[in-house]
Amino acid sequence: MGIKHHLTESLLMGYAAGTLPEAFSLVVATHVSMCDDCRARLEALESLGGAVLEAQGMEAAGISAMEAGALDAVLARLDATPEPRLARAASGTLPGPLRDYVGGDVEAVRWRPVGMGVKQAILPTSKSASARLLYIPAGAAMPDHGHRGMELTLVLQGAFTDEDDRFGPGDVEVADEELNHTPVADIGEDCICLAATDAPLRFNAWLPRLAQPFFKI
Amino acid sequence: MRAIRDDGDRAAFAALFAHFAPRVKAFLIKGGAEPAVAEDCAQDVLVTVWRKAAMYDPSRASVATWIFTIARNRRIDIARKERRPEPEDLGWGPEAEPEADDVLELQQESEKLGRAMAALPEKQRRLIEQAYFGDLSHREIADATGLPLGTIKSRIRLALDRLRHAMGS
Ligand SMILES: [Zn+2]
Repeated sequence: MGIKHHLTESLLMGYAAGTLPEAFSLVVATHVSMCDDCRARLEALESLGGAVLEAQGMEAAGISAMEAGALDAVLARLDATPEPRLARAASGTLPGPLRDYVGGDVEAVRWRPVGMGVKQAILPTSKSASARLLYIPAGAAMPDHGHRGMELTLVLQGAFTDEDDRFGPGDVEVADEELNHTPVADIGEDCICLAATDAPLRFNAWLPRLAQPFFKI
Repeated sequence: MRAIRDDGDRAAFAALFAHFAPRVKAFLIKGGAEPAVAEDCAQDVLVTVWRKAAMYDPSRASVATWIFTIARNRRIDIARKERRPEPEDLGWGPEAEPEADDVLELQQESEKLGRAMAALPEKQRRLIEQAYFGDLSHREIADATGLPLGTIKSRIRLALDRLRHAMGS
C-alpha cells in the first residue's frame, strides 16, 4: 500500500526555502516523515540551497566579513564535545512533527465535536494559515467547505474518496480555489486527516452537510 | 565534520568557521537582515553546527547544504517568530555509518550542482538565489522552474534506502 498522492514541487520548494506559512510547513514535514520519495525530493532542493550558500564566497567579501573576535566569541560558547546523537522517537499513529503540535499521540488530541460525529482540533500555528486535525467517522462526508485559498489535506488514518480519486494513509490532496468536491470517508475505518488552509477561517462553513454514505468497493 | 563530531576538534571547527561564517552572514544579509543581526545569527548558526554535528549525514547532504538548513531555520526564527515543523529525524546511529562510496558520490553530485548553478543564465540564477534567500512567497516560487537538479535526488533516494535497511536490521 504505497503513497500515490505526493507534495507539489512548489510546496517542497517553499518548504526548502523556508517561506511557507507554518501550517503548510506542518503538512509538508508530516508527509515527508511518511514518504521517502518526497524526503529525497526535499533534500535535493535543499542541496540547491547549499549551492547558493557556497556561492556566497564568490561575492566581494565587504559586507559579509565577520567582525574581529567572532571566532573567539563562538569558541567560548562551545561545549567540550558536540551532543551525542539522540535515540529516535518511537513511532505512533501521528508522525513526529504532528506529535510536537498535539503534545502527544492521537490519544492526546483535544477533539471538539462539530456535528454528525465529525470532530476537529485546531493546532497552534501562526495566523498566516491554519491547521487542524479532522476526525471523520467511517462512511461520513467531510465537512462542507469552500476552497477560497489553497487547502492541503493529508490522510493519517483510514481513507477518503472524492469524485475522481481515493486518498489513503500518507496521501496528500492539494486543492486550490477551483476544486469543488465532496470527499467521503471510506466505510472500513474512521478517517483522521491533517488539513491546512490559507483562506480566512469561516467556522459556519465547517458544519457537516447531510450526505448519504457513499459505498465503494 | 567527522573530526568535529568524534574528537571535538576545535582546529577543524575554526577552519569550518572561516569558510562558512561569512557565507552565512552574506546569505542572511541578502535575505534582508541588518548586518549586526546577521553577524549574531551567523555566530549562532556556527554554534549549532558544533552542537548538532552528530546529526549530519554526509551520504545525503554536503556540509554546505546542512549549514544552509540551519541558517534557514534561524532566519525563520528571527524574521517570522514562527516554529519550524521538521520531518522526523532519520540518521545513522553510533552503531553504523554510511558507506564511504555513498559519501563520495554525494560530494561529487553536490559539486556538479554548484557548477550547474554557476553556468545558468544570470537572470535564472538570480531568481533561484532570491527564492533561497527567502525573498519569494511560495506562490511566486511556483513559477521558478528549470532547477538544475540533475541526478542528486536519485543519489539521496538510494542513501535513504540504505539507511532504512540499516535501521531495520
Ligand atoms: Zn510523497
